[in-house]
Amino acid sequence: MTSLPKQPSARKLGLVIDLDTCVGCHACVVNCKEWNTGGYPAPLTDQNPYGKDVSGAWLNRVHTFEAGEGADGRTVHFPKSCLHCEEPLCVSVCPTGASYKRNDDGIVLVDEDRCMGCGLCAWACPYGAREMDMGVGVMKKCTLCIDRIYNENLDEADRVPACVSTCPASARHFGDLGDPGSAVSQLVAERGGYDLMPEQGYKPTNKYLPPRPRRDATTAGSRPERLDEARPEGGFLGWVDRLLSAV
Amino acid sequence: MGKGDNSDGRDLDTSPTVGDEVKTTTCYMCACRCGIKVHLRDGKIRYIQGNRDHPVNKGVLCAKGSAGIMQHYSPARLTKPLRRVGERGSGEFEEIEWDEALGLATDWLKAIRERDPRELAFFTGRDQSQSLTGWWGQQFGTPNYAAHGGFCSVNMAAAGIYTMGGAFWEFGEPDWERTEYFMMFGVAEDHDSNPIKMGLGRIKARGAKFVSVNPVRTGYSAIADEWVGLRPGTDGLFVMGLIHELLKAGKVDAAYLSRYTNAGWLVIRNPGGADDGLFLRGDDGAPMAWDRARQHAAPALDPETKPALKGQYDIGDRTAVPVFQILAERYLDDRYAPDTVAGQTGIDGATVRRIAAELAEAAFEREVVIEQPWTDAFGRKHDRMIGRPVSMHAMRGISAHSNGFHTCRSIHLLQLLLGSVDCPGGFRFKPPYPKSIEALPKPTGRAKDVHPNMPLPGPHLGFPRGPEDLLVGEDGTPRRIDKAFSWDAPLAVHGMMHAVITNAWKGDPYPIDTLFMYMANMSWNSAMNTAETARMLTDRDPDTGEYRIPRIIYSDAYYSEMVGYADLILPDTTYLERWDCMSMLDRPISHADGPADSIRQPVVAPDRDVRPFQDVLIDLGARLGLPGLTGEDGTAKYPGGYRDYLVNHERKPGLGPLAGWRGADGTESGKGAVNPDQIDAYIANGCFWKGRIPEEARFFKNVNRAYLDYAVGMGFLDEATPIVAQLYCEPLQKFRLAARGHGDYQPPERHRARVEAHFDPLPIWYPPFEDAVEGVDAYPLHALTQRPMAMYHSWGSQNAWLRQLHSRNVLFVPRAWAADKEIEDGDWVWVSSRNGRIKVKVKLSEGVNGDTVWTWNAMGKRAGAWNLSPDAPEARQAFLLNNLIDDLLPEREGGYRYSNSDPVTGQAAWYDLRVSIEKAAAEEAGEIAPQAAPVKRPRSLPPAPDESRYGETFRARRRA
Repeated sequence: MTSLPKQPSARKLGLVIDLDTCVGCHACVVNCKEWNTGGYPAPLTDQNPYGKDVSGAWLNRVHTFEAGEGADGRTVHFPKSCLHCEEPLCVSVCPTGASYKRNDDGIVLVDEDRCMGCGLCAWACPYGAREMDMGVGVMKKCTLCIDRIYNENLDEADRVPACVSTCPASARHFGDLGDPGSAVSQLVAERGGYDLMPEQGYKPTNKYLPPRPRRDATTAGSRPERLDEARPEGGFLGWVDRLLSAV
Repeated sequence: MGKGDNSDGRDLDTSPTVGDEVKTTTCYMCACRCGIKVHLRDGKIRYIQGNRDHPVNKGVLCAKGSAGIMQHYSPARLTKPLRRVGERGSGEFEEIEWDEALGLATDWLKAIRERDPRELAFFTGRDQSQSLTGWWGQQFGTPNYAAHGGFCSVNMAAAGIYTMGGAFWEFGEPDWERTEYFMMFGVAEDHDSNPIKMGLGRIKARGAKFVSVNPVRTGYSAIADEWVGLRPGTDGLFVMGLIHELLKAGKVDAAYLSRYTNAGWLVIRNPGGADDGLFLRGDDGAPMAWDRARQHAAPALDPETKPALKGQYDIGDRTAVPVFQILAERYLDDRYAPDTVAGQTGIDGATVRRIAAELAEAAFEREVVIEQPWTDAFGRKHDRMIGRPVSMHAMRGISAHSNGFHTCRSIHLLQLLLGSVDCPGGFRFKPPYPKSIEALPKPTGRAKDVHPNMPLPGPHLGFPRGPEDLLVGEDGTPRRIDKAFSWDAPLAVHGMMHAVITNAWKGDPYPIDTLFMYMANMSWNSAMNTAETARMLTDRDPDTGEYRIPRIIYSDAYYSEMVGYADLILPDTTYLERWDCMSMLDRPISHADGPADSIRQPVVAPDRDVRPFQDVLIDLGARLGLPGLTGEDGTAKYPGGYRDYLVNHERKPGLGPLAGWRGADGTESGKGAVNPDQIDAYIANGCFWKGRIPEEARFFKNVNRAYLDYAVGMGFLDEATPIVAQLYCEPLQKFRLAARGHGDYQPPERHRARVEAHFDPLPIWYPPFEDAVEGVDAYPLHALTQRPMAMYHSWGSQNAWLRQLHSRNVLFVPRAWAADKEIEDGDWVWVSSRNGRIKVKVKLSEGVNGDTVWTWNAMGKRAGAWNLSPDAPEARQAFLLNNLIDDLLPEREGGYRYSNSDPVTGQAAWYDLRVSIEKAAAEEAGEIAPQAAPVKRPRSLPPAPDESRYGETFRARRRA
């Protein structure tokens, strides 16, 4: 079994994902794959890439589903990757010390040299965020792009996870959720960001921003409901002359 | 973020180098043309990222763009020229050398050019080099050239240009930074993918309202503040309902209308006369208005004239009425009242009334003001720029119906009534647009234009002003193989690629010899009626034993379905191995604040015996001795291929494919002498050039003096003539008058009624043609397709990564409808149309209009194509709705069958489809039907690997 840091780190790096703007385009999913298949966890192998049962290791996935019925219905695009929990069971259960939570920033990583591919961590993770790489036989997971965020060979603006830098709708944000003054913490406060399945007790670092309230027939109350007819003076289109007289 | 702390005692390098080289170029995974940075390590592609400096994507990249690595290293890449040796469609080829391939093509084409250039039909698909390919076709002399716009978005392009000089997407964009109310019509996951996502993210953050009008709630519609899930093909009625409400309330921008649209122009009322419905014009041909101050007719464009917008006026022996009066009479009619249109759209009257009120509130109560003086083209000085912050965007769902042209025009009408075109917060044009049809060419290709061994005297595609511009013979028969610009589809300004195979097979209007195509999967997902198309491609004339379409030359980078049906294959490179150009002469990458164009440069060298299609075309042109492609001594004019052409070709003096860094010293933009170092300048700037419109010219471009002068200076326009929006489209009325028996150019009898009905100069709504087909009640459901975002416009979902996101499709069926028919999630059903029957799997959905089913398009692949294993889900569990779509409408009196297309533009009416569903028997579950016979894999294609470990070598190197 693997120990967690004695003290939770002050810095808690993580993602804030905006369900109000995610259109489910998979840009983050594929850019993650692309960066990471040549990055820290390289390779992320694919089995039967041109065959019948194609599958592969991905560190980030988007699930699309419908919720609610009729006028209350929604189509939800739900991106999901490791939430870098404060108390990650996936780390505690690791028999070899391969899975660990970093002291300094709270990122949960797999040290592949120590991983024997037993899969216990995947069983432990309630979010299904771990990926067994079938071609390598070790566990892979989101690294928060550990090889980007501190990378002095990259432009400052690129020192964010690949998924964040590529998201066209700006639905993904990266920062220190341990700092209440950080932009991401403020975003969470403003928008009512929430933990995924808090009842599990693992204290996920990543947060989700809920969809903003709708503005449609179900919420139309305060908006104009219809236009008043133009005053009839002047006959058919009489209002035109009134409008034009002001020109 | 600070430095990473490694106090955990782990061996972790947080600052690895990404690659050993970075090259910029332009993505080609779809039609967006985003700027990319390609990181290379040991000559292999390590990482592709969006270029932050680039005007299109500003650093972001979509799923397709990020999957470029897999596209580039795909085992489906062709490796060598191929000549068919087996039966067409079998996939039996022999490898040949390039000299032989080009020799064959030259022999075939030379003979055609000497005999009758019309026997070559040259059609390119998702081609981003149309200004080259079209020009090449012109040098060859065939009238039969077009790209894929006819089955994509021509309704948008034509409606936009004829109405206001620019259209959605290619020619304009919403003002994302300032808009308060954004309406999106019929846009699924499509164009313009990254900019729309970026824009939606922006307006949602700003709190602007986003309304999506779409029968299907996926992608963008899923995040809309309001989803209007109307019945397919009824968008026009819905919009007319909004217009009805706005007119009734007097909520229109009367000043904008009277100054910058033809609302005040006088229309002659002379029922039965040859001038009925035409504009009253002065002696100089200029349109007239009724001056309400001076009470007489006066030049409409004279700033002193105060045009009346209502009334009826006696002008000598005739009566004339302002356009606005006619418009108001039409749309104030009760048939456009919200409660009336609700019956057809399925959207209740209250919703229409509320949205109309919201539009008016946003437009008139929330003006956006930019403190920037400007002067209009008529000399009026304005202290500031005042915008009506309502913007709109529309695409495929509007375009792909047989009523799409008029529907799109109705959306433009709505924008214009609100005064929200090219104003702050509204829809904005992207240079070189706006352009009025007068500034654009007319189509070329009549008998007098086509001669053996002669070039065509003008471009193929253009904008007819009236019947005299049609490409028809004296008896009215079409001159083009696709029947574009004929009475079948007079304003087919992008051609009708979807009609080519059927017409060529029938020999209607005449037989051809060679079909030459590029990057167009016309035997598969780009064909209506896929199975029948395959039959036509392989059909032989029993008398001669020859194929009815005698020769097919095809260029593609991949082993697509179409390759299997060609006789000669010219293998193309991937997008990362080529020069290319997103040209101002074609489809540049401009944005509303400035023109921009870009190039592709080869970032890696081909490792196969393939050549970029544009190089091949230029070579072929020289071998054929085409004018423009050969010098006076008969030698090749561009021996350096496409790169050479990009720099040295001039369409007019000083005007070439690239607008940036022109002039001998590279200091000129737009127009200027050839600069031999131009390409180097592009590469140094990230492979794009971006200009900036002067501040006073940024808005109201169509009528802004400073903009029009700027546009002339840049070579976008020849003259600084204001582009007055055409609410009332006179060219349409000219066709209608011809149908009524006026003028020298009249439709043959069988076309008269159809032309008369559909060439209304104001937008009309009629049910999609399929809805009016006899027996349609047997097919109660509308059926739509769209491509998923991760594949939109991406030719090659065989991509190892993208196919893990989508490799099979289901039919989404409204839950309520299914409950009625006892169809459950996961059931297999037979879907029938008047054209065919397919077997598919069902998924129930709430996010779809109650009378509509839909699916992801182009998921299905022919077994064996794309180097996928024949048992891949793409062949067994993925279907094409195309099999249900007839490419022709049913016979009319006299047996004639029109193309299943918009009667004005010839746009393929993909979305008109009607179907029925019945449950399949239990033993029929599991696989789709029909399944095409598998195609063989050419010997030159490597077997596809069982596993991909892409990136492993980068790790090994990191460790070394």
